[in-house]
Amino acid sequence: MQDDTLSRDEDRADAWFRALADSTRRDILRRVLRHEESVSSLARHYSMSLTAVQKHVVVLERSGLITRRRSGRESLARGDAGNLRSASELLTELESGGRDHIARIDELLDEAHDPKE
Amino acid sequence: MPVTDITHDLETLTLTITAHFTAPVERIWQVYADPRQLEQVWGPPEYPATVVDHSLTPGGRVTYFMTGPEGDRFYGYWNVLDVDAPHSFTYEDGFAHEDFSPHTELPVSRCVSTFTPQGGGTRAVYVTSYTNREGLQTVLDMEVEEGSRSSIDQIDALVL
Repeated sequence: MQDDTLSRDEDRADAWFRALADSTRRDILRRVLRHEESVSSLARHYSMSLTAVQKHVVVLERSGLITRRRSGRESLARGDAGNLRSASELLTELESGGRDHIARIDELLDEAHDPKE
Repeated sequence: MPVTDITHDLETLTLTITAHFTAPVERIWQVYADPRQLEQVWGPPEYPATVVDHSLTPGGRVTYFMTGPEGDRFYGYWNVLDVDAPHSFTYEDGFAHEDFSPHTELPVSRCVSTFTPQGGGTRAVYVTSYTNREGLQTVLDMEVEEGSRSSIDQIDALVL
């Protein structure tokens, strides 16, 4: 039935929670949800290498929680939770409309008791 | 319950619903080809639909309005793109003004409905996608009700 949706949602949730299991990544996400920030600028907040910060950013990006774009030589990161939430709500709303439509077709055909000639 | 599978693709804003009907493909097609049947299955039950124009041919238009409990009306249209009766049709579904001219600031979804024979019945696949995110919030404000919250809310709560 809906196992597919369920597992996809769960995969996504898994990726989110895995991404958020690390305190540096949570901190990065908090920062880029507030405003877009370059990876090199983010790196200055932490006592770790730029490469290490970059890796955290990539994990967040893969989980879909942030997006990145290039601007000149910089890689700018920004939080995307709101965007994803909107998209998710829209699809959920569409889904309920679609389910409704299908149920009503089923009812209509049932009522009609299609003569099978 | 005829729905057999649902997938959401958040990146491409695409919803795919697969259903199985016991009726044959030709019978399912009739529901869409006949405006009087279509209006019985279109829109939420508390907003019964009235189909006005109905041209299910490439380049054709289907227009409809839905009437709410207070007598309020919502207008919509389909721009029919492709038709391969009785197997599939593709259309753009959008919001309209009272004269059925398109509401250009609201998003348009592209819908592909495909019907294939399956065990004497029909396998129906409905693919709905939004090509961009503009106006998305407007639609949400118009349509989304509380209660269908996704797990991202938990994340908001966790990180904010």
